[in-house]
Amino acid sequence: MADQVQASAQRAIAAQRAERVVDLRKRPRIGESIIQTTLFACGFISIFTTIGIVFVLFEESLAFFADPAVTLVEFFTNTVWQPRIEQFGILPLVNATLMVAFIAMGVALPLGLGTAIYLSEYASERARAILKPVIELLAGIPTVVYGYFALTFVTPILRGVFGQDVVSVYNVMSAGLVVGVLITPIVATLSEDALSAVPGRLRQASFGLGATRWETAIRIVVPAALSGILAASIVAMSRAIGETMVVALAAGASPNLTWNPFEPAETMTGHIARISGGDLSYGSIDYKSIFAIGLVLFFITLGLNIASRQIVRRFREVYD
Amino acid sequence: MTSATYDTKYAIETRNMHIYYGAFRAVKDVSFGIERNKITALIGPSGCGKSTVLRSFNRMNDLIPGARTEGEVLYHGQNLYAPDVDAVQVRREIGMVFQKPNPFPKSIYDNIAYGPRINGWKGSKAEMDELVERALRGAALWDEVKDDLKKSGLALSGGQQQRLCIARALAVEPEMILMDEPCSALDPISTLKIEELMFELRQNYTIVIVTHNMQQAARASDYTAFFLMDKDDRAGQLIEYDTTSNIFQNPKDKRTEEYISGRFG
Amino acid sequence: MSAETNASSERSTGTLPQGEAVRQNVAQRQRRGRVWEVVLFASTVVGIVILVMLAFNIVNDAFGGIAVQSVVEEEDLTDGRRLEDLSQPELIAILEANLRSRVLRNLERERPLAERDEGELIDIINQEIIKPEVVAIYPLSEFLFNRAAIEAELAEAFPRAELQFKSWLNWNFIVSPMSSNPTQAGIRTAILGTLFLLLLTVLIAFPLGIGAAIYLEEYNADKPFDERSPVGRWLNRTIQRAAGLIETNIYNLSGVPSIIYGILGLAIFVRALEPFTSGAIFGATEGVTANGRTILSAALTMSLLVLPVVIIASQEAIRAVPSSLRQASYGLGATKWQTVWKIVLPNALPGILTGTILAISRAIGETAPLIVIGASTFIVTDPDGLFSKFTVLPLQIYNWTSRPQEEFRAIAAAAIIVLLILLLSLNAAAIMLRNYLRSKRIST
Repeated sequence: MADQVQASAQRAIAAQRAERVVDLRKRPRIGESIIQTTLFACGFISIFTTIGIVFVLFEESLAFFADPAVTLVEFFTNTVWQPRIEQFGILPLVNATLMVAFIAMGVALPLGLGTAIYLSEYASERARAILKPVIELLAGIPTVVYGYFALTFVTPILRGVFGQDVVSVYNVMSAGLVVGVLITPIVATLSEDALSAVPGRLRQASFGLGATRWETAIRIVVPAALSGILAASIVAMSRAIGETMVVALAAGASPNLTWNPFEPAETMTGHIARISGGDLSYGSIDYKSIFAIGLVLFFITLGLNIASRQIVRRFREVYD
Repeated sequence: MTSATYDTKYAIETRNMHIYYGAFRAVKDVSFGIERNKITALIGPSGCGKSTVLRSFNRMNDLIPGARTEGEVLYHGQNLYAPDVDAVQVRREIGMVFQKPNPFPKSIYDNIAYGPRINGWKGSKAEMDELVERALRGAALWDEVKDDLKKSGLALSGGQQQRLCIARALAVEPEMILMDEPCSALDPISTLKIEELMFELRQNYTIVIVTHNMQQAARASDYTAFFLMDKDDRAGQLIEYDTTSNIFQNPKDKRTEEYISGRFG
Repeated sequence: MSAETNASSERSTGTLPQGEAVRQNVAQRQRRGRVWEVVLFASTVVGIVILVMLAFNIVNDAFGGIAVQSVVEEEDLTDGRRLEDLSQPELIAILEANLRSRVLRNLERERPLAERDEGELIDIINQEIIKPEVVAIYPLSEFLFNRAAIEAELAEAFPRAELQFKSWLNWNFIVSPMSSNPTQAGIRTAILGTLFLLLLTVLIAFPLGIGAAIYLEEYNADKPFDERSPVGRWLNRTIQRAAGLIETNIYNLSGVPSIIYGILGLAIFVRALEPFTSGAIFGATEGVTANGRTILSAALTMSLLVLPVVIIASQEAIRAVPSSLRQASYGLGATKWQTVWKIVLPNALPGILTGTILAISRAIGETAPLIVIGASTFIVTDPDGLFSKFTVLPLQIYNWTSRPQEEFRAIAAAAIIVLLILLLSLNAAAIMLRNYLRSKRIST
């Protein structure tokens, strides 16, 4: 009896529920829309930054090339950069920049790659626990400190080894070596990521055929991670080209077209830093020239970054 | 609310529902009604679209980029996929319990209170305490946790976590509860507890459960829908829908019979 | 290898080594492997060696010996008595006997000597008559291990000089303002400038970066406009394309050299927005105008510089929040923003904070952009507002390092130590903050 009452009561509730009027229509959520728009705007600032960079560089560069003292052809072919006598050839600056970058890569590639292979293929957990923070520490040291190191430590050693009259106080070699140290962590960490991403079963297959650890690393793992390593090297190269403080302190303050790494030679970044560090009057040709140099620098580094990304995209091995 | 012709017998009813992921049709032409205050089990081999169908009932598929639903899913006479229907509103009406227990990394209390709070609940602290207790009792968890409601939801055992998730769903007072393989990550004893709980909940809620486990469908549901992937276009379709006893003892379709007798899947 | 075998297919097959040959082959390969392992290990250790050299280099310069020589010895002035023991009239007598009359007149005009107390008079005597001067400085290693040679050299060049230990890093150095005299120069203004700049950069870059990251991770797939109308479809597609563009753009921006940001800041914040960044439109023109080369311009420039890194770090942290939590929240009828604000962000916050603080702390070591936007290096007043001139530690280090005098090198080294301590404590703070937030979120 009681059961029946309860059951009928339940049925009544159910029926009531069934006929309940339910409104599922959208109501305006203005707050949500405002938030979404705001967040989108935050993201869009990055686009404005890029547009800003390109616009500013182009605008002032145009003003620079509009000056009767400069022509585009001269800018890229003249081998002298002497603003005082109205000689604006970017070649010496580019040459010094590339010299620094190549010396740096000469240091960073073997060191960084060696470190990456050791960390990913050999190191025990304990060794990694010590070595990883060291690399992070190297990466976290401000570049101006590396500049100090180059000028007050590396240069004296170079002069001691090769002779005071061979090596100048300011020289490309010292700057290049230290920039190399500075970009080693980039090569090491990015390459190690690429090496670690190679699946373990490839290594096991190699070990299973009787290969040693070194043979497995160099014949199986490194080739499989080659695109990642290449991308890492390009990113590091771009970083070396854009590096300012080390070259500003150690490479010298005169544009100089030379192949001798023991001579002083000013890089693009070093020149921008020196010119703008002084009292720069807006609208002067010196002022405009830093934008033209900046534009060249921007496109070189942008090109390298895009290239590295493309390499990663195109050549990534897909392991399911 | 165009209160068109709809059968008040059904809590939810699909008419010619097709679900797409991008260009791929995952589910085709499903038409059936879920009976009010009953437990309906959706069964079938993996990839047959049963979870997709379940998730279409409270528009959880919206969260998957590229997912699209055609046809009608009627709830109180309204098509859930009509353009002016708000998915948030739908999910408030139709709760969901997931395959893996997913309590928030908050206290047990805050896990329960989260739903009411975001839905604009107004009331005193004491009333919230009462609501939390009611939800936990409803999920048969109260006696186990009443002494430490401040404990993290993640500190509970798997079965308790899943009941916490059920309690969390109850707290927003939905009309239906969708359960997506709620016991697949649980041990047999916890599974039994959840099944007992489902029987209790049936008095007040309509329950739809997706399960891999045929025994579970047989012992714990009133109705069973059997889905199977079409071999030609790999789209899931509804093969047979009937009372659970008919499906398991007296299937009309040969494929259903093959499946429940364990011949494939 | 297979090509080779095919070419010489006269023989049916090549032969693998057998028996003893196998053992030799393996042993040889193992040896080669070990050699290479040593090489790899050595290249790894180079990093540690460089760190040690760097630390040695800095410590060696920041501490060491100085040879101080006075123009007049104290004993000669006072016949062997100590200045402190003299009475006020005696001190005045010394001043009157040794200073030129014009200097004396100036001092008298400032305040009559008779009215000054002993301490003040002794200071004047020290500054004007005794004038202790650093005539030579020696790095720590030489000071410690080459003492005899130094003393011999000194005895010849500056017989009256006195060799003493000097820590260039001392309390006075930290609390004194800039000075053109290296023995008196301090980094107070630079430290304050660095901290102020850091604070402003965090305040600007943090919300913008997290906002952008939230959009890219949580709203990216959203279609805010009506899909049924062609206009709505077009708008949705445009928005999604823009989001994709933002994503690539952020990656590319993170590779732009910092000095380019400096050029951008110079053209936009310092020049184009000068009325705003110099505070002119707010009427803040007191004192020396900074011409837009203000701490505000610097902070805006730095924010643009760190923004890509902040966004990328925040994106990673947001991505690490399990999607099951989002689903649970949506399943309860939460809106997108409710889910983001109450579930995603609290769970991502520890990761966001560590990532972004590390990113932003890198920025306080940045020098190049600040040189370009024209931050001054010689600042004696503390930064006191958004529109004040400023200097920062890395700029001082750059400036001092580029001077040829050894004294400046020494204080540059001391400033480097301060900068590194500042950086390390920031990183430590980031890690502690993360651990605190993790422990606060009950998660066991």
